[in-house]
Amino acid sequence: MSRPGRDDAPDRLYTLTQGRSRSGPDNPFDLVTLVVAECDPVPGMQSEHAAILRLTGRPAAVVEIAAELELPVSITRILLSDLLAAGRVSARHPRKAAVPDPDILEQVLVGLRNL
Amino acid sequence: MDSATSEPRTTSAPRTTSETRTPLDASADNGLKIVIVGGFGAGKTTMVRSVSEIRPLNTEETMTRAGEAVDDVSGVRGKTATTVAFDFGRITLDSHNVLYLFGAPGQERFWFLWDRLFSGTLGAVVLVDTRRIDDSWYAIDRLEKHGTPFIVACNDFGGPAFTPEQIREALDLDPHVPLVTCDARSRESSKLVLITLVEHIRALYADLSRAPRQELV
Repeated sequence: MSRPGRDDAPDRLYTLTQGRSRSGPDNPFDLVTLVVAECDPVPGMQSEHAAILRLTGRPAAVVEIAAELELPVSITRILLSDLLAAGRVSARHPRKAAVPDPDILEQVLVGLRNL
Repeated sequence: MDSATSEPRTTSAPRTTSETRTPLDASADNGLKIVIVGGFGAGKTTMVRSVSEIRPLNTEETMTRAGEAVDDVSGVRGKTATTVAFDFGRITLDSHNVLYLFGAPGQERFWFLWDRLFSGTLGAVVLVDTRRIDDSWYAIDRLEKHGTPFIVACNDFGGPAFTPEQIREALDLDPHVPLVTCDARSRESSKLVLITLVEHIRALYADLSRAPRQELV
């Protein structure tokens, strides 16, 4: 049977999330949602959860966490929503608007010019 | 189910240690996205690297052809799933705003991912290799249809020089879309590309806010 992507990945990934792989529309995590740990890892915690808590002592984006853990974004979102539900992380979501806030655009320009 | 026995590959990778990571300010609370689209070899990762404060990282997403995240194990095996890898970098703009730059493949077969992965992006840079202009048509068409603000940046590979008019014509580019030439290896040049994009976005939305109400995105 042909397997998608990297050969051994899928089974391991579904084990991590107890079989869930959908990070559907109800999952609040954007690629650039900044995640902050609200507690330290504790013994017995799922190793990926502990790794996320270690990565997020300071804010880190979902996509950074996925890259550091070498997990697909969708799987990372599921792990994060578990941690969020348990109150172990907090999430700073991007400010979404139909039209970008002109003040934010100005801040982006200032930041880029100062690079 | 305990997954602790399936050791993440990351434990041996030196870049995952906290010593080599560059953490954000504790006050960072607003992530922003800009996407750099281009064909294979157009210089997307090079540009991300030029301006990023971190070494570009790579991650992946697995999707079925329908554009949905895969459902369950049987779903993965039953449907054609595709894994798309993308690079990204980061620029801390100030104590609150952090800009993430994503290098994304512009080829047709990857676009089913875009709505999910890159929704809410400020805008896009279409990075063009003038030796392979055709690679950019599809990306430009999709960005126009999607209503995502974009500019076109020609990465100068030292090939035959084309006039801006020739490139505009070859790309059938709307006269309002900025067209710049850049050297993706240069931090200053890549920075100017991003500034051009954000200035374009700002002008675009300023015009729209003066115009009668219009649906965006």
